[in-house]
Amino acid sequence: MSEFHERYEMVIGLEVHVQLKTNTKAFCRCSTNFGDSPNSNTCPVCLALPGALPVLNARAVDLAVRAALSLGCVVNHRSIFARKNYFYPDLPKGYQISQADQPLALQGSVALPDGRRIALTRIHMEEDAGKSVHDRYDGFTAIDLNRAGVPLIEIVSEPELRSSADAGAYLRALKEILLFADVSDCSMEEGSLRVDANVSARPYGQQEFNTRTEVKNVNSFSNVERALELEFARHCAVHDAGRTVVQQTMLFDAAADQVRAARSKEGSHDYRYFPEPDLPPLVLSEAFVEGIKCALPEFPSSRRTRYTSSFGLAAGDVEVLTATRAVGDWFEAVVARCGDGKLAANWVMGDVLATLNESGGHIAEFPIAPAQLGDLIAMIKGDAISTTAGRKVFAAMVKDGGEPKAIAEKLGLLQVGDDAALESWIDQVMAELPDEAARFAAGERKLQGVLIGAVMKKSGGRADPKKLAQMLGKRAGG
Amino acid sequence: MSAPREWIPAGAASIAAAVRERTVSATDIVRESFDRAVAVKAGADGLNCILSSDRDASLRAAESHPVGGALAGVPVVLKDNIATTTLTTSCGSKILEGYISPYNATVATKLHQAGAILVGKANMDEFAMGSSTEFSAFGPARNPLDTSRVPGGSSGGSAAAVAAGLAPIALGSETGGSVRQPAAFCGIVGVKPTYGLISRFGLVAFASSLDNIGVFGRTVDDSALAMQVLAGDDTTHDATSAPRPAPTYRTDSRDLTGLVIGKPREYFPESLPALMREQCDRAIDALKARGATFRDVSLPHTDLALPVYYIIAPAECSANLARFDGVRYGMRIDGDGLRGMYEATRSKGFGAEVTRRILLGTYVLSAGYFDAYYRKAMEVRALITKDFTDVWASGVHALFTPTTASPAFHIGAISDPYEMYLCDLFTVSANLAEVPAMSLPIGRVQGLPVGGQVIAPKFGEVNMFRVAYALESELGAEAHR
Repeated sequence: MSEFHERYEMVIGLEVHVQLKTNTKAFCRCSTNFGDSPNSNTCPVCLALPGALPVLNARAVDLAVRAALSLGCVVNHRSIFARKNYFYPDLPKGYQISQADQPLALQGSVALPDGRRIALTRIHMEEDAGKSVHDRYDGFTAIDLNRAGVPLIEIVSEPELRSSADAGAYLRALKEILLFADVSDCSMEEGSLRVDANVSARPYGQQEFNTRTEVKNVNSFSNVERALELEFARHCAVHDAGRTVVQQTMLFDAAADQVRAARSKEGSHDYRYFPEPDLPPLVLSEAFVEGIKCALPEFPSSRRTRYTSSFGLAAGDVEVLTATRAVGDWFEAVVARCGDGKLAANWVMGDVLATLNESGGHIAEFPIAPAQLGDLIAMIKGDAISTTAGRKVFAAMVKDGGEPKAIAEKLGLLQVGDDAALESWIDQVMAELPDEAARFAAGERKLQGVLIGAVMKKSGGRADPKKLAQMLGKRAGG
Repeated sequence: MSAPREWIPAGAASIAAAVRERTVSATDIVRESFDRAVAVKAGADGLNCILSSDRDASLRAAESHPVGGALAGVPVVLKDNIATTTLTTSCGSKILEGYISPYNATVATKLHQAGAILVGKANMDEFAMGSSTEFSAFGPARNPLDTSRVPGGSSGGSAAAVAAGLAPIALGSETGGSVRQPAAFCGIVGVKPTYGLISRFGLVAFASSLDNIGVFGRTVDDSALAMQVLAGDDTTHDATSAPRPAPTYRTDSRDLTGLVIGKPREYFPESLPALMREQCDRAIDALKARGATFRDVSLPHTDLALPVYYIIAPAECSANLARFDGVRYGMRIDGDGLRGMYEATRSKGFGAEVTRRILLGTYVLSAGYFDAYYRKAMEVRALITKDFTDVWASGVHALFTPTTASPAFHIGAISDPYEMYLCDLFTVSANLAEVPAMSLPIGRVQGLPVGGQVIAPKFGEVNMFRVAYALESELGAEAHR
């Protein structure tokens, strides 16, 4: 297979379908909840009963525009819904409401980790079809229309990807942006992100593209890469044999680790697109698009740059803290409270994420609020408690909740910096350890550590170690 | 009241007033409707204008209905392509024979809320494709004024029901003239509102960009009353509904002073029969007598309206009727596999005219033909629309034309589909331009009713009704002679 890569260049364009995170469907008010009992989330509109009409879900438009802007697309101020006509039992109207020659958005790009930008052709809105369940009843296909009408966007890339690894990197980068934009769950397992991969092979140096095929039915990013390799190898073999590749739809079979032609020649479909007469053109004002643009979150790449430059964090730490939008947002809320990025990073990674790793929970449900952790860090920074005591307070907060200051007080962990109290502890220790006290007074400064330890022990860990060191220093001889 | 037969001919406004005042009960009115249905032989062996009805259920509905509302106790008939949870919604097709909708169309809900009582679902050309109600899968409807003739179509059953006195008001639908033409043929009033004025939610779609629910009434005032109930914003159910409140259509004024009415030359061709022309001239004189000024105008793209219509309407219908596939509801005929089931169901479920239009529409949308047919047709549609806006811009408030070139023809007289399509010659432009238009009786030709058509600018129903009220008033009994 690698031998093919020496002679042929892989050309890939990806079509990614993403379910938008709306509560209700694109054209009716049925729930989009995943996993409900079959056909429970249906109504005359999504069942395509006679006389029912679609009404566009405004929330779906918000999310689609947000996705488009997140990917740097130009949003068309006027786009047109179109009917894509084909017969299939899980497509109840006999057509899918989609967009054809006037889509929601054009251009845009996705940056790969190596800095290359993969151009997007377009993003358009459409509705999902229902599900055909072939293995539930022997000899029958069952239809579940819960998914019918769920809003989707289709993100179409230019054929600029040149390897299966490129395709994987593109998909991971795209998913990261969409998750940060909070427009979709992007779960391939639940089908909220689906990939159709167009692939062809051409000899290096050849300008024009050879005939492509479309690979469908791929359920993970690594399977996309695997399927592309298999299909690419098939193309190369066909070219080597002097034959031509037939444009068709291929299905990936993960269990058999093979790609085979789909039974129905989907490539030969004539979808007879025409403007959807039940929906007026989607007209978006400049102000509407600008409003969504202004509300966009910060995206991973700029967040990484900022964490490095503003907080001086190491690359590895930045990766951990920007892995998801939720962790980054949580971390920043801690920083906002305590004003120390480095300390905050240490606590979030070393304590918060470590605790979550053990419990397996999500950061949004972490028992300590970021502001509370910020307060705790501020107390440590301000020498109100020691770092060791801070860890005890943290543990107590994870266990029972509560404000750090109150807990520190309750546990008697607040540091004591009061001169009289410190003097008194020092006097007592000097009295209890007369030999060390004398040697220390005579100039044996290495004994300071022993004495500090003894005072700390006597104070129950509460003595302010900095102040203690200062005061002991004054008593030191030499 | 001991003489129920007097009520339905008195009209909807009178019935509603009497019911509200408790002079008569809704039950008595509904009983009268069913008695009249028997008397005029409305059933399958007679006029065949009603496809489904349930006397007991309608009487129960009348008994339990609160007494108020603009249409209190008024019996109404709905075309069988308007979804209702009682009675069928078959669209005159085998493929939906016996189908009961689980939800009500917006118009059905509004009629109910206004106090109207549904007494029947009306026969129609299958899926509203036709101009004679001969293309119903359940046999042709007949014209009550001459049962050897058609009532027009596709809303022929609704028109016949009103003309026969089963109800003072009925709803039809039209895509190219399917309310106005049968109104003309049956000697009653038929209104096609501005596209978007009456919600289409629950109207089984034929050609979505052209479909309108329309109103039949015996009089202009009953039609205006029904329009008043039905018009208005329904954007939560129908994205093409106009988000504006309905103005007041009913008026006592019969004066047209200051109103300029255009007489488009393309609607009075050389070929227009002399007797028809005479009736139109008489109507024009009547309008002038009420103070209207007439002006000759031109709508130069009129001759392109029918060809454009027969591209756009079939194209949209080919998609709209795709849902009738035997999978979830309606008729299913098993065949070899999925494809065989589709083919068997749709071949046997649809009649010849519906099949013809689905094939035509599929063809014009096909790859390689879309630009030549559909896109071109949409461009010409824009020109036809501009013809109208140009006329309005020149200071014309409304247009007057004949509704049809001739009166109702004999059942079976037209066998050539193209000749049947010509029935819509004068009506189809209003659908393409989305403007309101109505037909009202202006006289008789060879003893058969003919209609005059009033066309107005978009959302210009107020002026349209003003013209119709004045014409009806001035013509008086002449309108039916």
